[in-house]
Amino acid sequence: MSSTLLHEDYPVEAEDYTRAGEASADIKRKLKQLGVSAGVLRRVSVASYEVELNLVIHSRGGVLSLEVTPERVLLVSADRGPGIPDLELAMREGWSTANETARSLGFGAGMGLPNMKRNADEFDIESQLGTGTTIRMGFLLS
Amino acid sequence: MTIADMIRVLRAKVLCGEDRLETMVYTACCSDLMSDVLAFVNEKTVLITGLTNPHVLRTADMLDLKCLVYARGKIPGEEILDQAREQGLVVITTRETAFTACGLLYEAGLRGVPIEWPESEARL
Repeated sequence: MSSTLLHEDYPVEAEDYTRAGEASADIKRKLKQLGVSAGVLRRVSVASYEVELNLVIHSRGGVLSLEVTPERVLLVSADRGPGIPDLELAMREGWSTANETARSLGFGAGMGLPNMKRNADEFDIESQLGTGTTIRMGFLLS
Repeated sequence: MTIADMIRVLRAKVLCGEDRLETMVYTACCSDLMSDVLAFVNEKTVLITGLTNPHVLRTADMLDLKCLVYARGKIPGEEILDQAREQGLVVITTRETAFTACGLLYEAGLRGVPIEWPESEARL
């Protein structure tokens, strides 16, 4: 078991579009202070912002967690529902169930989940209808 | 070209970041869809947009963009400019439409940011 250098939990509220992105901005700042390389920092930042927006747009709220070990950065998003009925469809580029508010802000193009998967070295998503969705993303540091 | 060159080409006004106008820029992208910008932009570049909400700033922060160009004379709120100052981002506004702004910058030598095609569109 690797030693944990940093662990932070960021509660993210549903439909709080004003604060959406604050957790990701803080995550980026903390990783920069730890000296994470620019390439990894950029991939973590994009994936983190996408997953945070997903919590705001699609979930009933949840928690975005950051964990850093000497080997990797781990981002875990765990929400309180409603869960994704068809994961295969949700992972497809261009598929979106975002509402008009999200679209008017420039989101909801159906790129979020595929973009997270593309940016992370390790990607895992589990979802149960009525219970919630958990997304784990790992970014290797070496 | 430098950001100062872009300002001349677009007859633009600087809204913040006056101390960074000599920064070199080689590529740009133009979009109001932040999902697309987040998905396809892979380098520190310039974003031309008509969208003035705070998420444009957040997107710029996540991608370390160099300069934000508001088309059609749009000017964001002061709180957005404060955020841009904090991020060290240059923000300018031009009276040109997004289409014309892109055309003028292309003519002056700026090129589109290289993008990675998503698998679903690679065959186009």
